[in-house]
Amino acid sequence: FRLSSLIGHISTCPSLIGQCCQRHPGSVDEFQEELVIRPLHSGDIYASFQFRTLWDTDFLQEGQKVSHYRLFPKSLGQVLSKFSVRELHISFTQGFWRTMQWGQPFIPSPPGAELWVWFHDTVSDVDGNWKELTNVLSGIFCASLNFIDLTNTVQPSASFKPLGLGNATDHRFLRYATLPREIVCTENLTPWKKLLPCGSKAGLAVLLKSEKLFHSSFHSQAVHIRPVCQDEQCTSKAWELRQTLNVVFDLYTAGQGKKAFRSSIYLNCGKTGELFELSPATPLLSQAVVLGDRRTYSVFDLTRAETFGQLRSLNLLLRWKGDGGEMLRPLLHAERYVAGFGLQTGEIHTVIYNNHPYRAFPVLLMDSVPWYLQLYIHTLTVTSKSRDNKPSYIHYQPAKDRHRPHLLEMLIQLPPHSMTEVTVQFERALLKWTEYTPDPNHGFYVGSSVVSALVPSMVAMSTNFTQDQPLFSSFVPVKEESSYFVRVYTEPLLVNLPTPDFSMPYNVICLTCTVVAVGYGSFYNLLTRTFQVDEPSLPLAKRLANLIRRIRGVPLLT
Amino acid sequence: MAAPLTLLLIVAVTIRAVLFRSSLAELISARVEVVSPLNAWKRVVEGLALLDLGVSPYSGDVFHETPLMIYLFHFTVDYAEIVFIVSAYFFRKQKYALESDRYSADCLELLRSPKEMFYIPLKVAMFYLLNPFTILSCVAKSTCGLNNAIIALFIFCTLKGSALLSGILLALATYQSIYPLTLFAPALLFFLQRLYIPVNLRRSSFWFFTLQYAFMYVGSLVVITGLSFFLLGSWDFIPSVYGFIFSVPDLTPNIGLFWYFFAEMFEHFRLFFSCVFQFNVFFYTIPLSIKLKEHPVFLIFMQIAIISIFKSYPTVGDVALYMAFLPAWSHLYRFLRNIFLVSCVLLACSALFPVLWHLWIYAGSANSNFYYAITLLFNFGQVKVFTTTWLTNCEWKNRWRNKVSLFINLY
Repeated sequence: FRLSSLIGHISTCPSLIGQCCQRHPGSVDEFQEELVIRPLHSGDIYASFQFRTLWDTDFLQEGQKVSHYRLFPKSLGQVLSKFSVRELHISFTQGFWRTMQWGQPFIPSPPGAELWVWFHDTVSDVDGNWKELTNVLSGIFCASLNFIDLTNTVQPSASFKPLGLGNATDHRFLRYATLPREIVCTENLTPWKKLLPCGSKAGLAVLLKSEKLFHSSFHSQAVHIRPVCQDEQCTSKAWELRQTLNVVFDLYTAGQGKKAFRSSIYLNCGKTGELFELSPATPLLSQAVVLGDRRTYSVFDLTRAETFGQLRSLNLLLRWKGDGGEMLRPLLHAERYVAGFGLQTGEIHTVIYNNHPYRAFPVLLMDSVPWYLQLYIHTLTVTSKSRDNKPSYIHYQPAKDRHRPHLLEMLIQLPPHSMTEVTVQFERALLKWTEYTPDPNHGFYVGSSVVSALVPSMVAMSTNFTQDQPLFSSFVPVKEESSYFVRVYTEPLLVNLPTPDFSMPYNVICLTCTVVAVGYGSFYNLLTRTFQVDEPSLPLAKRLANLIRRIRGVPLLT
Repeated sequence: MAAPLTLLLIVAVTIRAVLFRSSLAELISARVEVVSPLNAWKRVVEGLALLDLGVSPYSGDVFHETPLMIYLFHFTVDYAEIVFIVSAYFFRKQKYALESDRYSADCLELLRSPKEMFYIPLKVAMFYLLNPFTILSCVAKSTCGLNNAIIALFIFCTLKGSALLSGILLALATYQSIYPLTLFAPALLFFLQRLYIPVNLRRSSFWFFTLQYAFMYVGSLVVITGLSFFLLGSWDFIPSVYGFIFSVPDLTPNIGLFWYFFAEMFEHFRLFFSCVFQFNVFFYTIPLSIKLKEHPVFLIFMQIAIISIFKSYPTVGDVALYMAFLPAWSHLYRFLRNIFLVSCVLLACSALFPVLWHLWIYAGSANSNFYYAITLLFNFGQVKVFTTTWLTNCEWKNRWRNKVSLFINLY
């Protein structure tokens, strides 16, 4: 089949906007943007936008007040300094990433909203900072992050290590929360676009048209802030702000961009000419290893004038050559579902697949279950290939009703080419009538499980740090050559709870108090009642006789 | 007397053993009428599993047993079924002994035929051991059975006249669930009656004995609580056990009145209604003690009945406890009003509980109101049972008193 590309034109950027993207003298703020287009075997197109702003300020030092913002957005900078945030990762996702059909994403994210933050060691009241931070972010991103409170926040002990600099081991400064019910819409995209240095007026951000982005199977926008080294020797540190947008389209679109520092479009073409034809063909080809997968990418560097040709626009045309090609099977894959029937009990089953043909590796499974599903940890079973597989590390924090959710973290060794099943039973609680959502029969969402692992790679990874590395391969720091870090999110669950009758508060109070009153009334009666023998009333004749007898002084008749 | 009792014991143990080994045991352990968040066996196992994992069992909201219970089951978890059957057996022994002992002291019972009285202990034993409620409670391995055994031991020691043991056992019963605190008054009254100390607030002998008994009771309670603290190393168990009993945060449906009330009540009045409901259990003690001071055994029965109906997480095991006392007043059977109606109500409700639960939770064709209605009716029936018993007792006593005084007058 053939698909044609969509062509768009953008007029030259006004000089004012063009300036903001230039290198500012005297500082080393940097901006880099990138778009990776990867056709997927299911006929979809995966487009991943990444925008990176490097901000050369180290406000970890005392006494340095930051007031000059250049490319870095002021709103986020103020948030970072006010709440002493060291790392912040927030994502809004609509749809679920189908790992088996689409492969591994560059930046994984669970459905709904997810927020995890590492605070500095100097913070004394982490919970207070967390609460304020969620409310402020809720305002910045126009999302209902204010629903994040202590009942859905956990402190994972091993799953979310910092992605930037720093060697933190004290998980008291880490907070993780997820809102699986959160919906993403254009209202969230607009403030996200505003955080970019040029907004949506120049650069690849021009391609971010809401109508197209939201007509997609999967849409995820994220903001990741972390401290990074600026060079190999790590002599100076900088704050890195990465804004990523991952979209999976059924149809595809192409686009163009205007000036930026470094602005490139990477097109994953596999073996060129096999899957599709690309025009205009580009002489620039680069190979990158991402997620254990060595692929060839055609690179279009938008900062060079020759990319654009005479019309000052870039049109990409991809022609499919029909079905073909093998997709690399993802080595790690997880699913989750609820088993059982009725509204009293249930079982959560998490299934993790290890598709590596001969290597076993350990995975860290993190589950955060709300308090109203009472987990019974003595029913936890882990089976691989129908044999018991005991986890080597279990960290379990039971829930406290209305205060804290369950947190279960386990390190499980997955045998090669196998399926591991983790099951745990739970009981559903009856909540107070005000604690139900307005649509209680829809059910309650349980956030995705997180499976984190260092997967052995079939291809050697590069641990060198270079400035020229494409953004999509440098998101997660690669520490060793033989394995790469993968995080897989499972489906969120939808669980029904038994409901009381919401129309009945007065009736219930009256009826229950009636029964209590019946008891009380009977008691009162019996406590205060005295018993008297009742003399039967005499017939008239006997009464007269008694009258006479009384006069005479003789004993009376009865 | 020994032969029928032994036969009864064998039958009861057989029934329980058969049910333990059948597939019904799993089903019964999960029924909300039989187990509550306070005494479910599943939660005991969960608490032990948490202890093995290195997490305090009281850090979550699943486990609400006392620390001594954890340590008892830590060692006997494999033999749990045997523990429960043995406790039922002890309960029987106590009941039997108390019945055979009691009537020599109670003057009113002289008016009944000796033959009748002879069979009362056996009837009490039968009422308890073969009561389907008790059997279900034992098979579900609910710790309610153990609590009942402690209360029965306490009654036995009280009737035997041993104040120290009675104090210790009452402290143990109070430690398990707070409500047996109300049994202090009837026990005290029984001892005073037995020692011929008149209940007169101005007499020093009354105060002397009261203080002695109170000291023994409070002392044992303090010792047991301190022991729990040292076993687990923290005071976490107090909010987890007693705070849980009083504040009723868990709204799992049961046969009591609290759960739906607290599920549907306005948040603003939460504290008020919790206080009212808990107060309702305790405040009948004083008026009842004043009214029934000559009949402490009947007072014990009344207190246990009030606790079983109005406690925060009742189960059928608690109902079985006071029902076992009913044969002791078999002389009242002839005079009980509405007994047919009330017993039909209770039987019908017991049959309807599982049906309506299934319809609500599994079939989805009924809703929580159906189960709630049966709860209301069941509690109403229970209230009627013991108020009728009390009423008939009062009437009967009065009638006999008048007949006796008339008898004496004529001669």
